[in-house]
Amino acid sequence: MFEALTEKLNAVFKRLGNKGHLTEKDVDEALKEVRIALLEADVHFRVARDFVARVRERAVGAQVLQGLNPGQQVVKIVHEELAGVLSGGDHKLHPAPQLPTIVMLVGLQGSGKTTTAAKLALHLRRQGGQSSLLVAADLKRPAAVEQLVTLGAQLNVPVYREAPGSDPLQVARHGVEKGRELGVHWVILDTGGRLHIDQEMMAELAAVKEAVGPHETLLVVDAMTGQDAVRAAGDFHAQVSLTGLILTKLDGDARGGAALSVTSVTGVPIKFMGMGEKADALEPFYPDRLAQRILGMGDVLSLIEKAQQAVDQEQAKALEQKLRQARFDLQDFLEQLQNLRKMGPLQQVLEMLPGFSQIKGKLSGQDLDERQLKKIEAIIFSMTPQERRNPDILDGSRKRRVARGSGTQVQDVNALLNQFREVQKLMKQFSQGKGRGLLGMLRQ
Amino acid sequence: MFGLLKWREKTQQGVKKSREAWFGRLLQAVRRPKIDEGLWDELEETLLGADVGVATTTRLLERMKERAKTERVTEPETLLPLLQQEMRAVLEAPGQAGLLPERDGEAPKPTVVLVIGVNGVGKTTSIAKLAGYLQNEGKKVVLGAADTFRAAAIEQLQLWGQRVGVEVVAHRQGADPGAVAFDAYQAAKARGADVLIIDTAGRLHTKVNLMEEMKKISRVLHRLDSQAPHQVLLVLDATTGQNGLAQAQAFTEALGVTGIFVAKLDGTARGGILLSICDQLKLPVLFIGTGEGPDDLAPFSAEEFVAALLAASPQQAPS
Repeated sequence: MFEALTEKLNAVFKRLGNKGHLTEKDVDEALKEVRIALLEADVHFRVARDFVARVRERAVGAQVLQGLNPGQQVVKIVHEELAGVLSGGDHKLHPAPQLPTIVMLVGLQGSGKTTTAAKLALHLRRQGGQSSLLVAADLKRPAAVEQLVTLGAQLNVPVYREAPGSDPLQVARHGVEKGRELGVHWVILDTGGRLHIDQEMMAELAAVKEAVGPHETLLVVDAMTGQDAVRAAGDFHAQVSLTGLILTKLDGDARGGAALSVTSVTGVPIKFMGMGEKADALEPFYPDRLAQRILGMGDVLSLIEKAQQAVDQEQAKALEQKLRQARFDLQDFLEQLQNLRKMGPLQQVLEMLPGFSQIKGKLSGQDLDERQLKKIEAIIFSMTPQERRNPDILDGSRKRRVARGSGTQVQDVNALLNQFREVQKLMKQFSQGKGRGLLGMLRQ
Repeated sequence: MFGLLKWREKTQQGVKKSREAWFGRLLQAVRRPKIDEGLWDELEETLLGADVGVATTTRLLERMKERAKTERVTEPETLLPLLQQEMRAVLEAPGQAGLLPERDGEAPKPTVVLVIGVNGVGKTTSIAKLAGYLQNEGKKVVLGAADTFRAAAIEQLQLWGQRVGVEVVAHRQGADPGAVAFDAYQAAKARGADVLIIDTAGRLHTKVNLMEEMKKISRVLHRLDSQAPHQVLLVLDATTGQNGLAQAQAFTEALGVTGIFVAKLDGTARGGILLSICDQLKLPVLFIGTGEGPDDLAPFSAEEFVAALLAASPQQAPS
């Protein structure tokens, strides 16, 4: 659905011709595209307007750096500016001088508070071996307490709950007492989802905050939220003065522009990003990555980091090199598939690749199925090293042998070869054309 | 029938409120001496601020500019009804099918409604509301708890079932959702239920495996009744921005969505992404959800929706 911003901008600058510096007219043309990209990413229209104005100030008259074309130069400025806004404030969760540190999670219905509470407990344990108590203070949503209790049991984290009929204020208060008693490092309060305009419910939240005095009050924001995010966050901030944001559901294809709106309007820093349904899918916040995502640039840095976790440094370098140069044969293809699979669900990894939106169109959903991958592996395993390096030598008889060897049909072998060539072509385009500049730029 | 009366009242109140607001900001905007660029900018911001999205906003404004020209509109005030008309046309284009489609003049028994959506949009709550609504219409309803993934999702549906007084067919957490759907269908059939509503686990539309699982549920139902599921209802959170279109697209491709339920329209979000969805995917909007109570639901009305959307006042937004 989205085209990478750089490509749109390149089209603009192609029309305008290549120049050594950015004129007012160039910049205005380019900024129209930037504005659209921001709006498509759900950045609030006023935030987008102010942002574009700031970029304009910086960009007019700017020298186009060597090795960049004017489109890339504008993207560079936009990206820097965006990362600048996103990186404001403190992105860490700090322990209080005295145990326990109390964290209160607040937000609209369905933003992911309960899941996030559990993830946070796991994160804190994994980061520094710190213990948590989860407090089930959402008494409104049917079975919300049971959900937290179940999650707590799965992760082996204690959960404080009270019988139905209690009220959130009491649960919160007793929960914190319990946390002290247990001597845990953190008490994490899960509160009920509520609408920012529901005065009664907001007053209740303020009362809970008043009663337990949390050290951190974190707003859980769904990355798919649209223009209304600023208003909702603004109201929460006014009522319970937030200290941080947690952006959830970033494992989908939402670009998360709401985060930019919310953080620039409230001045509250983003602390974590929720990247999936599993309990370990909570990641620290990296402004750079979100900036790229909002601009539709793909998450090269995340990808590289994931790769480094999954394979050793050496291998990661080679992989990175290959991803950059797109000079791969079937053997590399196989190795990459294997490495990619180590990095997590394939879909999630592929989505971080710049240009994936184009590749995705070529691969049907089924091709990304893990079972399909096993098949691909089997086919490549049945080829000789020579065939893997140079798939063009695969004639009819070789293909039949490969199909027999892998327990597949010749059609499957053909399908794989076609798909491989398609990807190879796209990768090549990407590295030769507009892509390389973009990748090079990200390195700086 | 009492419940139904309450809905009517509620919608009318809602409409009244939005009508009042409608005359707020936009009226100010059109209180200019003539139609100029500034006015078009105001209209554009109103639409963008309501999540209508760049493409659909641009298309709407272009159509209006054209009409303003051919119909020789010079009064800024005349633009408002024009915009309303254009927006209604977009929303009404997909047609208005009922929730319970009839086959040869007769409703299938049970009519199977599969409810899907991404995580946290309010599927379970919306199902409870639908169940209550249908019961008020004199239908016998059975619910199938096929969200076996999220912790306590089954309990949540069961609690709702008790509250609105409908039977819930459930297995344990972690059970095969296809098997739940199968049993729920058998139970609905045996009880002579008119409608079977199946709750499913929230899933991001980009997760291939989960979408495959969803297709399997659909296949199981299809085997039991070659026309089932008769309705594939996508629940959309009204606060969702541009990603709503991607959601609708992906779910439609995978499962053939037949209608939309917009949840959480009681907040300040305007749900403008619906215009993009209707415009580009031609999916009808069937219901709106407006709160946490079992009665907080109303059949969709394009007229009321448009009025409420345009009444949005971006003034409360940041400066």
